[in-house]
Amino acid sequence: MSDLTDLYREVILDHNRQPRNFGELDDADRVIEGVNPLCGDRMTLYIKLDDGRVDDVRFTGTGCAISVASSSLMTERVKGTTVDESLALFKQVHRMLTEQTDENECTELGKLAALSGVREYPSRIKCASLAWHALRTALTSDDEAISTE
Amino acid sequence: MSSAQQQTPVSTAGPITDITSLRSDFPILDQMVHGKPLVYLDSAASAQQPQAVIDAMVAHEQHDHANIHRGVHELSHRSTDAFEAARERVRAFINARNCNEIIFTRGTTESINLVAATLGRTQLEPGDEVLITHMEHHSNIVPWQLICAQTGAKLVPAPITGRGEVDADAFAQLLNERTKIVAIAHVSNALGTINPVKEMTAQARAANAVVLIDGAQATPHLKVDVRDLDCDFYAFSGHKMYGPTGVGVLYGKEALLDSMPPYQGGGEMILTVTFDKSTYAELPHKFEAGTPNITGVIGLGAAIDYLAGIDLDARCRYETELLSYATEALRTLPDMRIVGEAEQKSGVISFLLGKIHAHDLGTILDRDGIAVRTGHHCAMPVMDRYGIPATARASFGLYNNHDDVDRLIAGLRRALELFS
Repeated sequence: MSDLTDLYREVILDHNRQPRNFGELDDADRVIEGVNPLCGDRMTLYIKLDDGRVDDVRFTGTGCAISVASSSLMTERVKGTTVDESLALFKQVHRMLTEQTDENECTELGKLAALSGVREYPSRIKCASLAWHALRTALTSDDEAISTE
Repeated sequence: MSSAQQQTPVSTAGPITDITSLRSDFPILDQMVHGKPLVYLDSAASAQQPQAVIDAMVAHEQHDHANIHRGVHELSHRSTDAFEAARERVRAFINARNCNEIIFTRGTTESINLVAATLGRTQLEPGDEVLITHMEHHSNIVPWQLICAQTGAKLVPAPITGRGEVDADAFAQLLNERTKIVAIAHVSNALGTINPVKEMTAQARAANAVVLIDGAQATPHLKVDVRDLDCDFYAFSGHKMYGPTGVGVLYGKEALLDSMPPYQGGGEMILTVTFDKSTYAELPHKFEAGTPNITGVIGLGAAIDYLAGIDLDARCRYETELLSYATEALRTLPDMRIVGEAEQKSGVISFLLGKIHAHDLGTILDRDGIAVRTGHHCAMPVMDRYGIPATARASFGLYNNHDDVDRLIAGLRRALELFS
């Protein structure tokens, strides 16, 4: 049985207390709203692109610790990466959240591996994946709202 | 002898007054969850079933299962007898005048949709109003919204106070000659408020409005007498009152039900069918198209028998005491905010703890074996009213006790530590 501290790791608690890149982005190219209707998590993701790169990324919204920390960690990680790198990262994180991944894959993800504890809590996977789905939508389409449902 | 007859309790000792003895009637409670004994505090979402209810349904499936009102064979007779015997139990439970006033549905939601789609669709005209309250469950908002969009009528919510009570003056003022339907919760699932539905019904009827009461959260806890309330409709569900899911009731005054068009078409609800025209069956079958949830109805009948075997005053006293014990205990926690502090409350406590999101509280408590509901409780306007995204909600059944509350408090202290 997984312990609660495996879900609420120090990195998660820290990013929940002090979310990075929190706030609006006035000159964003893409603004995407993400909603998790089950628990009322709601986040807005702002992305500014420059020559195929995520030049700046910020978010606002309310949510549980997992959802806030995941948003915070995501923005921290994708800032400065190319669109293709970000989309590859989405796939990796999605795999980590939903499938059994090995130690090496988690290590590759670095700090993001802190989210891997969610796997043992099926009702919380959507909390962790919300920001990442918003990211993918922002980078692949012009839709304005996404939902984890 | 049919199993419907076997279910009837033979009571020689009078109703049970020792409520603490009832917990052992609920087999599901005797289990470990994540290595801890289960504490079930989510009865407002779905109450657990006593062994007697489970046994009644199993006995029906094993010995009597057949379709009802159709066959000439023995099993069909037994099933029909058991089904109609349950209808009589429901009638007596809410003191309806006769069994034609008892329609079996899938639950409270379908009961309300039935009224909206029949009476609402045929009676509402542009400019008419449907008056609800700000504390309604989505199932007493959305069906009216849909029918208002179709008919041009307007949905009007009566405001609630900071404590979680309907603003009585505002409610009285909002009632006017355009108000055709008033639809109100007896007990709020998100706040626990017990609304003064008898007074509200009298006011609404004085304004010539038809009154529907959503009783989903009331029937497990309160004595409901539809004749005393004088409401036109009363809707409730089996699974909130220790019965199975998938079965509910719509009570309606016979003359009104008679005047309404059918809800769904199909078997059971017809008298004759030709390709030109069909004629409809008498009440209550007119509103029961298709094969109903026969086993569920029998389970609901057994749940009513179970409740009837318990002294109502003793049950109310016990539940009121437990609610105040839990409320006081929660108030000892730092940064505790209870949402919904009405004078008259049923066994529901919605709360927020510091800055910890309700969803995190739910997961932390679950790891301690404690089941609570977290989220908006299908009452998003209530959350908006108090400017909050979600709450955690502990709700109580007659099987809960002080130990359950103590475990909840310990679990919440653990959450405070983890998030400190």
